[in-house]
Amino acid sequence: MLCVVPPSATGVESCYLIMSSALLRFLGPTPLSRRKALWGIALVAPNTLGLFFFFGIPVLMAFSTSLQEWNAIKPATFIGLDNFTRLADDPTFWNALENTFKLLLMTVPAEIALALGVAILLNQPLAGRSFFRAAYFLPVVTSTVAASVVWTWIFQPRYGIINSTLSLFGVGEIKWLTEPSLALIPVAVVAIWQRVGFDMVLFLAGLQSIPGVLYEAALIDGASTWQRFRHVTLPMLSPTTFLVTVLAVVNAFQIFDQVYIMTLRTVPGGVGGSATTLTYFLYRRAFTNSEFGYASAVALVLFVIILAVTIIQLRTQRYWVYYESEEG
Amino acid sequence: MNSHEPQPAYREIAWPVRALIYTILAIGALGMIMPFLWMASTACKPPTELNQLPVRWIPENPVCVQNLHELYDLSPNFNRYFVNSALVTVGRTLGQLLMCSLAAYGFARFPFPGRNIVFALCLGLLMIPFQAILIPEYILIRNLGWYNTFYALIIPGTFSAFALFLLRQAFMQIPIEIEEAAIIDGANPLRVLWHVTLPLSKPALAAFAVITVQAAWNDFLYPLVVTNAPSTRVITIGLSLLQGERRTPWNLLMMGSFLATVPMLAMFVLLQRYFIEGVSMSGVKR
Repeated sequence: MLCVVPPSATGVESCYLIMSSALLRFLGPTPLSRRKALWGIALVAPNTLGLFFFFGIPVLMAFSTSLQEWNAIKPATFIGLDNFTRLADDPTFWNALENTFKLLLMTVPAEIALALGVAILLNQPLAGRSFFRAAYFLPVVTSTVAASVVWTWIFQPRYGIINSTLSLFGVGEIKWLTEPSLALIPVAVVAIWQRVGFDMVLFLAGLQSIPGVLYEAALIDGASTWQRFRHVTLPMLSPTTFLVTVLAVVNAFQIFDQVYIMTLRTVPGGVGGSATTLTYFLYRRAFTNSEFGYASAVALVLFVIILAVTIIQLRTQRYWVYYESEEG
Repeated sequence: MNSHEPQPAYREIAWPVRALIYTILAIGALGMIMPFLWMASTACKPPTELNQLPVRWIPENPVCVQNLHELYDLSPNFNRYFVNSALVTVGRTLGQLLMCSLAAYGFARFPFPGRNIVFALCLGLLMIPFQAILIPEYILIRNLGWYNTFYALIIPGTFSAFALFLLRQAFMQIPIEIEEAAIIDGANPLRVLWHVTLPLSKPALAAFAVITVQAAWNDFLYPLVVTNAPSTRVITIGLSLLQGERRTPWNLLMMGSFLATVPMLAMFVLLQRYFIEGVSMSGVKR
């Protein structure tokens, strides 16, 4: 649809006519589709502009800040990749990275195994299922800060219930949070405890969507309980397991509140950085040391790692995730 | 979640197996609830009972109210933090419901040029962990002059790619014929959204709202970064400050944790179904 500019039109007028005809062509061929398009744009605009302003721009800023030397005193200066080379030589960064991966390995398999186990048991016809489901889900709704405060008291070296119970069996005082080799354990325990219910709900939804016919067929074929679990439940549940794993891994990379709260009373970040995760490292560098450029480099590394791990998971899913049809 | 019927293969469980299952489930559930019990127990103990061995689960001389007063002596602004958290939570939730349902409706029902690209860009933001943009977010808030204000705590939190995605999914499941009937009757899109689409999506909206409330109430890292004044301090930060004081006795810390936890516990007890739906919605319908 071309708009013809009358020869009598002045420069401004023709410019306006060309622009408005371009806009009309952009919006669509018919008056109805134009109206719909205008409504669409108007409805979508507030949230989209907000997202762009508060999340899109910061994403772009994250890249530029990571290439700057910037603290609270001096104005920012461009230093290229120096922040990244400095990171590579920084043992405290490698320590934080190692702790993050350790936490990942401590939390993800444990929470998934526990959640799957509980979900399978809760999927049985038992009385009080909703009570149990609520009990396991309760930690999910509580704040990590309050939970971490409570668990710090539970892990308290002398009067906490863990050590006081262990002492009944003759175990001496264990310094959970101040002994560097143990410091990640309480952090992992809180993370697992808060996450099991979340994963369990996803598993329960997955289990509920497995058609009962499959079990009947397996039963007719004489499959044992274990065989039914191995050849019906596990493959049918694998899309859910995949989803739960991806979410759990991303969550594990972001652990912060637990470390912040549980080490606040003794040595922040754990003795010798023994409980410091990447996110905690980033936070300290930026907001305690005012090294915004350096911390932004950490943020970028964290993002790239999460992205890489997620892509690897997506790539490997075809070896173990079974999708019944295009529905999934 | 199409069948709530027990699956046939599992229908009969022999009683020893059932007893075993109950035992396992009960031990697990006790493990999950134990921290809450220990919190409540300690919150009512006088200081003298804190350091007793073996530990006492039921306080000999419960002093709940006294501990509550002592907590407020120690941290006189605790009420303020509570109100601040409530304001932030309500503001963010209502804001998200408004902004995201408008946008989700636009994306679901109104084709416009570039719609798919814009939607994909919004979803792309979901891939980015919040920690990765924490520093630029802080700089942005500072530059806007919003540091230590409720604008900072509420406004960025009202825009959400996640809610946009969830609500769009919910809206697209409503048969378009119902909306068309209203359009033929002469209603404009806002009226259709308000009178037809939103009422039909109530369960999804409720599930999404409780998840947002919970996330906003429990948020810690973001308020930690954009506020440091008592006037805008939220409850999670107030609690962390108590914890930071090495001398704060454990009974008062547990009282503080209890206060910070109670609203979510109460809401969970009342609206359990929506919490659980919200979680399974966020996962399964992807």
